[in-house]
Amino acid sequence: MEEKVSEIVQGYGGDKSYLVPIMQDVQKEFGYLSRDALTAISANLGVPISRVYEVATFYKAFSLKPKGRHHISLCMGTACHVRGAELISGNITDMLKIKDGETSADMEYSFETVGCLGACALGPIIVADGEYHGEMNIAKTTKLLKKLGKKV
Amino acid sequence: MVNLTIDNRKIQAEEGQTILDVARKNGITIPTLCHNDALEPSGSCRMCSVEIGEGARAKVVTSCLYPVAEGLVVNSGSERVKNVRRTVMQLLLARSPESEQLARMAEDLGIHPEPRFKPSEDGSKCILCRLCVRTCETVVGVSAIGFSFRGPEKNVCTPFHESSNICIGCGACASVCPTGHIEMHVSPSGDVRTIWGRDFKMAACSKCGLYFAPEDQLTYISGRTGVPMEELMVCSSCR
Ligand code: SF4
Ligand code: SF4
Ligand code: FES
Ligand code: FES
Repeated sequence: MEEKVSEIVQGYGGDKSYLVPIMQDVQKEFGYLSRDALTAISANLGVPISRVYEVATFYKAFSLKPKGRHHISLCMGTACHVRGAELISGNITDMLKIKDGETSADMEYSFETVGCLGACALGPIIVADGEYHGEMNIAKTTKLLKKLGKKV
Repeated sequence: MVNLTIDNRKIQAEEGQTILDVARKNGITIPTLCHNDALEPSGSCRMCSVEIGEGARAKVVTSCLYPVAEGLVVNSGSERVKNVRRTVMQLLLARSPESEQLARMAEDLGIHPEPRFKPSEDGSKCILCRLCVRTCETVVGVSAIGFSFRGPEKNVCTPFHESSNICIGCGACASVCPTGHIEMHVSPSGDVRTIWGRDFKMAACSKCGLYFAPEDQLTYISGRTGVPMEELMVCSSCR
């Protein structure tokens, strides 16, 4: 891992101002930002670990915990919220038995709510493994989760 | 040199200085929380607000950031200024109701907590001014602490909320903190100092035997300055 991180940092010429993209690349590589990964970024880039930790915990896009194989983000922005995102959130929690920000014990699913995704006209929106699904409701969400392999 | 007026007093000041600098140099008190002479101003607390300009064009600015200019008219205690400070203080008091320092400052400014600002119950005295983080980074040169998370969860901490192996226990962060959030304890005999969840062994002065600084801090200073440890092992009163 140490080596991979060093390689990514070198890819950015060791430039401290690329801290965020470097962290994004490291997260892409390992699925999340482990403590060792953060320490390696800090050491390779010469940015104090206190600063790396600050950035890692600030952005919702970074995860310090391992994520499930399938990643479900539900928009809880104002527009999606008023169109029933709350109900969908309840449905997801019922089906996957995980709450906002959690990962299922079998490491299959992670669920999180996010702020406005900038496509309010299509709300409520779910992003499942990077793919956008608009005008969601409970029935469509159930179907989507089944398609992702959830047995009910 | 520029000529300006603060509270109807004509004052001459060096260009590039801030209103706060000039006011203080001329004996005019402006309350501040996030300001420290050893650091660049950051403008995060807004307690230092003053009014500049006159009549309809008057506006409120942060004096710790605002540079003086020729003909500038400053009012450091107008009703409007007092209102801004009152609101800022109300919010901070609600944020950190347990801070004695804040309470004292409010008292001095004649501000009393209003019930419409519901006091926070998380027990934190931190107003997130970042003074401690910046001091540790730029003055001490260690960067052992930082903020973590965002929004209501935002807090100041060591990475992973664990005791830091680079912190030298100098206590600079605790001494600059305007609210008393950072706790530093000393054992009854003075041989151990505890800060950020870690115990630091204190060094005893080689002349008088008084415990005066953490060993880690002396090692750090010796490493940075090249001054041998034996010379550093003497407390300031014996030097
Ligand atoms: S006590 Fe530790 S955290 Fe505080 S300023 Fe000193 S080195 Fe930094
Ligand atoms: S601990 Fe004190 S100095 Fe540090 S950010 Fe909080 S209030 Fe400011
Ligand atoms: S509120 Fe969901 S996309 Fe804007
Ligand atoms: S002292 Fe000016 S904003 Fe804090």
